[in-house]
Amino acid sequence: MSSSAESSSCGAPSSPASDNAAIDASCRWPVLTLFKGAAFWLIISSIFGLIASLKFHSPKMLSGSAMFSYGRAYAVWADALVYGFCIPTALAAGLWILCRLGRVSLKFPVLATVGGKLWHLGVFFGLIGILRGSTTGYEWFELPKTTTLILLAAFLLIAIPAFVTHAGRVERTLQPAQWFTLAALFWFPWIFSTAILLLQCFPVRGVAQAAIAWWFSGNLLLVWLALAGLGITFYLLPKLAQRPLQSSYTALFVFWTLIGFGSWTGLQGGVALPAWMPTLSGAASLMLIAPALAIALCAAQTGRGAKSPDGVGTPLCYTGFGVWSLVVALVLIAITACPEVNRVTDFTWFGHSHTLLRLYAFFAMTAFAAAYHIVPRVTGIDISTSKIKRHFWLAMPGALLMSLPLAVAGLQSGLKLLDANVEFLTAAKAGMMMFRLTTLGEVLFLLGALLFGATVFSAVYRSCRSVVCNAVADEPKLSGKEVRA
Amino acid sequence: MKSTSTVFLAAFAAASLSWAGFVLAPQIQLGNLAQAKPTGSDNLYPSARPGVAVQGAEVYRSLGCVYCHSQQVRQEATHVDVILNEIGTNRTKVEAIIADLSHGSQKGKAAQIGKIAEVADVPAGEPLVARLREVGAKADLKVVATGPDISRGWGIRQSVAQDYLFDRPVQLGARRNGPDLANVGAGKPIEWQLLHLYQPKTVVTDSTMPPYPFLFETRKIVGAGSADALKLPKAFEPEAGYEVVPTEAARALVAYLHSLRVDAPLYEAPVTVAQVVAPISTNSPATNAPAK
Repeated sequence: MSSSAESSSCGAPSSPASDNAAIDASCRWPVLTLFKGAAFWLIISSIFGLIASLKFHSPKMLSGSAMFSYGRAYAVWADALVYGFCIPTALAAGLWILCRLGRVSLKFPVLATVGGKLWHLGVFFGLIGILRGSTTGYEWFELPKTTTLILLAAFLLIAIPAFVTHAGRVERTLQPAQWFTLAALFWFPWIFSTAILLLQCFPVRGVAQAAIAWWFSGNLLLVWLALAGLGITFYLLPKLAQRPLQSSYTALFVFWTLIGFGSWTGLQGGVALPAWMPTLSGAASLMLIAPALAIALCAAQTGRGAKSPDGVGTPLCYTGFGVWSLVVALVLIAITACPEVNRVTDFTWFGHSHTLLRLYAFFAMTAFAAAYHIVPRVTGIDISTSKIKRHFWLAMPGALLMSLPLAVAGLQSGLKLLDANVEFLTAAKAGMMMFRLTTLGEVLFLLGALLFGATVFSAVYRSCRSVVCNAVADEPKLSGKEVRA
Repeated sequence: MKSTSTVFLAAFAAASLSWAGFVLAPQIQLGNLAQAKPTGSDNLYPSARPGVAVQGAEVYRSLGCVYCHSQQVRQEATHVDVILNEIGTNRTKVEAIIADLSHGSQKGKAAQIGKIAEVADVPAGEPLVARLREVGAKADLKVVATGPDISRGWGIRQSVAQDYLFDRPVQLGARRNGPDLANVGAGKPIEWQLLHLYQPKTVVTDSTMPPYPFLFETRKIVGAGSADALKLPKAFEPEAGYEVVPTEAARALVAYLHSLRVDAPLYEAPVTVAQVVAPISTNSPATNAPAK
């Protein structure tokens, strides 16, 4: 099996160029709806992330209002990023990839567009709820109850057209990108509905809540994120590197190990749960070394010798950077699972560092690549390479500066926390310099997000204008008819 | 994978396995957890929080305190201290036993009330207590938990599932930008907590915690002023004629903090607390009923 659904179909009797144009046109509104909202929420998330981060420079900053208190700003940052940006971009790219690889136009595009709008509306009300204090109190699952139900419905409105489209595909051979995308479409409603049912509708008692919340966030931020992101990577990387994916067997290994082991990670070591649970979770985290190595192999062999003609900063660089960041993040998770390391890193910023590496360096970068690849195709508006490159040089260092210093900060304070003779505040402040460095990363990433938002919105605006212009150009005939009537 | 159904079956199998493990299994194992009697006590544990503390838990949740404060004490090990309570009349023999313990290095030292040995667990300490009893001395075993959290005074034992029985949501927390709060109710008084919420730097000079002034009301002093007004240090006082009074939310939050206690000795988290080791020599009745 090679990378090239498109190249294999090049020889097909029907004209592929017009085929692609028809497919792109069918995806246009749902994909643009999702990308537009995602770009907006990324900016909102980055602003709130910056607000939260500034509290570590001066605790007094913006302390006058409950809305901007650290706890609420942090929750808005987290949920705007995951629910506002990551999930919509994954859905947009997933829809488009399923259509392109299946060589079929999107079925029920109106349903998917309505789903996209509803999703963003749900995120909007959810974030307002958090700002007003209705957070659930579970990290990465802060959105209040009604809004999570809206989100679940919206997700299904988008996932159902995707499944129907996939079922009616013309090109029957399945590509690795499709496995990952389909599994991601299946995974999210499963874990999300469990969390809604057992944490919000019929909450379980006691510490079992924590187990479910961690199971959910582990599955969301590791399995789902990696499935959705790798779905994009395994489509884009071979396409942009102009080499077949090396190889689908490695991808199959990644798929199985990722869902097999990844779904068991996420529980904190040493927590007040039956001891077998954190132990099992730790063992599964350790096993993540297997998908990490396989992804590295895949990325190295597929990308070997690939050079983008336009230099550094093209979508190929975004994808490559993203996939290698995922490898590093998985290795960090595996290392943290060792009890000796976990003793040090527990309760510090270390764990947050590889979460951010996954969210920003891996997923966001991959999603940017997808947006820069897909948006010009569905709008027919070109995005200038210089803009893409400029964004790369803001987002890439931004993502690294946000995540890696936190790992150092975590180790610095973790080692001090273990020594009971060290005053707690001294230990907590040990990583402060490194922590403050991440603010710089957040500023860079925010600038990049603004650029990304401007690019996406201008492309959507120009394409809408061209649609309107065409309609206006048609209007005289219509009015002529009307007059005659 | 050649067909879509294989992809779905694979995803379904993996997702349902981990679901069974981390969602269903804890429910089966812990779902029936009920209040229990701590070691040496007849009061059920944990008791439900008072109403105002329940409201405070909502404030705690809504302000996202959990992002900086964990509520779980960890311990690394436990050991048992052998405490000598009474030497009795046969001092020489007691001293001989103690000298024995230290392999002779304590030889000739006068026996003193207090900790005389450290053993791994209760059965290991019992023979020593029995020997001391034979020579007329009285000794006790005290279970002690150890670890950095315990040494920092965040609790006397580790947190266990029983402690969170009535919490909703359970706010375990994953990061400690601030200290652990599992047992904070055993520590600082209410006035301290209020000052700390209003402006942490009033009580902890180099605190990194943000202030929460919106939980307080700065208002004009009427008459003699409010009895609840914060007694702020000079540098933090509001302008003359004004006073800072905690709102309902601040009071509730502090009541909640005050209700956070993890110190009941449980079967799964043994620890000896002061009341239980109270001198055995007194023949006081076990109940509060007046002595006849």
